[in-house]
Amino acid sequence: MVSIAGITGVILFLEIRDSLYMPPADHGSQKVAPWNDPKVRSVVFQFVALITLGYFFYTIFQNTLANMERRGITTGFAFLGNEAGFGILMSLIPYDETYTYGRTFFVGLLNTVLVAGFGIVLATVIGFIIGVARLSNNWLIAKAAMVYIEVLRNIPLLLQIFFWYFAVLQALPSPRQSIAFGGIFHLNNRGLYFPSPIPEAGFSYVIWTLVVAVIGVIWLRRWARRRQEITGQQFPVVWVSIALIVGAPLLVFALTGAPLAWDHPSLQRFSFGGGGRMIPEFMALLWALTMYTAAFIAEIVRAGIQSVSHGQTEAARALGLRNSPTLRLVIIPQSLRVIIPPLTSQYLNLTKNSSLATAIGYPDLVSVFMGTTLNQTGQAVEIVGMTMAVYLTISLLISMFMNAYNKKIALTER
Amino acid sequence: MKKITIGLLGATAAFSMMMGSVQAGTLDDVKRKGSLTCGVSTGLPGFSNANSKNVWSGLDVDVCRAVAAAVLGDAGKVKYTPLTAKERFTALQSGEIDMLSRNTTWTHTRDTSLGINFAGVNYYDGQGFMVSKNLGVKSATELDGAAVCIQAGTTTELNLADYFRLKGMKYKAVVFDTSDQSVKGFESGRCDVLTSDQSQLYALRIKLANPGNAVVLPEVISKEPLGPVVRQGDDAWFNVVKWSLFAMVNAEELGVTSGNVDSMKSSANPGVKRLLSGDAGKKLGLNSDWGYNIVKQVGNYGEAFERNVGKGSALKIGRGLNALWSKGGLQYAPPIR
Repeated sequence: MVSIAGITGVILFLEIRDSLYMPPADHGSQKVAPWNDPKVRSVVFQFVALITLGYFFYTIFQNTLANMERRGITTGFAFLGNEAGFGILMSLIPYDETYTYGRTFFVGLLNTVLVAGFGIVLATVIGFIIGVARLSNNWLIAKAAMVYIEVLRNIPLLLQIFFWYFAVLQALPSPRQSIAFGGIFHLNNRGLYFPSPIPEAGFSYVIWTLVVAVIGVIWLRRWARRRQEITGQQFPVVWVSIALIVGAPLLVFALTGAPLAWDHPSLQRFSFGGGGRMIPEFMALLWALTMYTAAFIAEIVRAGIQSVSHGQTEAARALGLRNSPTLRLVIIPQSLRVIIPPLTSQYLNLTKNSSLATAIGYPDLVSVFMGTTLNQTGQAVEIVGMTMAVYLTISLLISMFMNAYNKKIALTER
Repeated sequence: MKKITIGLLGATAAFSMMMGSVQAGTLDDVKRKGSLTCGVSTGLPGFSNANSKNVWSGLDVDVCRAVAAAVLGDAGKVKYTPLTAKERFTALQSGEIDMLSRNTTWTHTRDTSLGINFAGVNYYDGQGFMVSKNLGVKSATELDGAAVCIQAGTTTELNLADYFRLKGMKYKAVVFDTSDQSVKGFESGRCDVLTSDQSQLYALRIKLANPGNAVVLPEVISKEPLGPVVRQGDDAWFNVVKWSLFAMVNAEELGVTSGNVDSMKSSANPGVKRLLSGDAGKKLGLNSDWGYNIVKQVGNYGEAFERNVGKGSALKIGRGLNALWSKGGLQYAPPIR
């Protein structure tokens, strides 16, 4: 390690020296020997540095393989095709014990993406609300938001996960004494049970109506904006949109004779069966991640809003805008430029923190693949490598998306 | 420029040589360090459990202590590394611990593909189920649809899947990292069933707030030979661990206990002589009093069993399969000669 650092240091030094070297004037006609030509030298040194670095990693890789071989540890990715033989609590894709280890990877991956996806959306919504509430003129609301932020962001996340899981959700009654909400939802220490919909013939009309409604709303928004730009007249886009997206499918649903059956969960020998179910591990993890990250997002939102000069508010008032349009049309668009970059890191944090799932047994990627699969196959290097690559990829994708969004917002700057 | 290039090549060569791993024998390492690093569980009464003064005890801990007594002459010179089921093999493979004695099941996959060797069996076990009494379940065949708490990274996970599939039953596996967490899950009612090796179920039951409320079902669904584990490819060390365990079993068979070992030293029985003095130790790279130290400081296998999991403990497990072969059990050690 030391020698590599040393070599890199020497190369850097030589390069800096070369770039500082100023060729004397009026020697353009003279031929410079290649080893004295700063351009050639810098290219050569870059090349040597690259080769050395490549060789360094190649050696590490080969050495690891050779050492594992010598100790009789199986290597390679062939294990991904073997039968897993263990059960997983929750899976978004068909899975049972007869599927392969490769399948467990995707089961874990999707569970991670699920909790991270929901977490990001919920944390953003709650974070924005709390952040705006923190700046409210109402003393009580502002202080309540402040207490929320200070309490939640100063308690370690793992502790919060344990709190929600062991202290709240596990303290719920057993399936036989579960809390029923109108006989439709059942909440107990095995999770939240709810009826799952079974579409019948004719339900596709409802779906298609919804699709058409969404397209219609997009078109309507464009039209309303253009009209406002030309004539200055406003159109109640929000209300019409809601009416279209909710009302139209409902109307079709009623006209086709409500083609939807419900599979209600019912009490069986040990617990509820049938219907849908949200496991307590998922609820605890999602809730803890959301509440924790929302506290940070709230502070980011507050900072973003406060970064917009008060003159902007006064100017909006002078134009006759009320509170809500001032916030929506003037303050927030400008504060988003400040909010987006730190918000991205919060999203990344949330995604990576979801790996704490293993502490309460939520079957995420770390728990299933880097836990059980690793232990059953013993191929630590391959599995840890794959898991790291997954988190890196997810994080880079989030970054990429957020950077693109950031760019789009920045363009509106004058 | 030339000089730099040569220097660079030299440095690279030196570096790649540096990367070649240095692998000394574990036996020499332990002797040099003056202590044995032993991987144990994070807390399982009877097998490896630390008391409030951080003193470890248990049947698995006694194997560590026996090896320390044989190699270093002092059973107390052990550093314990508590490991979860998930961490244990990686800790052994990477050299973080010298040996693993953590109720680990000997299976084909583990023996052949993890680069480890099992140095014998110190407890013959089998997987069982524990349920809450008020559920009214009498047999494991009535468990269709149950939620089952398990510890991650164990053979238990696989046996459970096999058993339920064979019986055409469904289950929901709730997987926790440590046995403490799975007990908590069982206690709070997150699952109907707690499954593990039967010995562990008895051990975990005494950790419950109300042990009388839980029953262990009669079915044993698997073979779980538990034993100490070492790294593959270090035969000298493999022999030391293997024969330390055999010495304990042989001592019981020969009737040598920690109480009578001093008087037995002058016994006429040649078997006892070979165990307590003689050149067996030298062939292992140890002192000739290795067997004496084990029996004197740790006791024979029967003593360790009764003290930790048998009559002298809270677990009260019978010898069963773990009786000596001459008494109808499976504990059988090759002779020292």
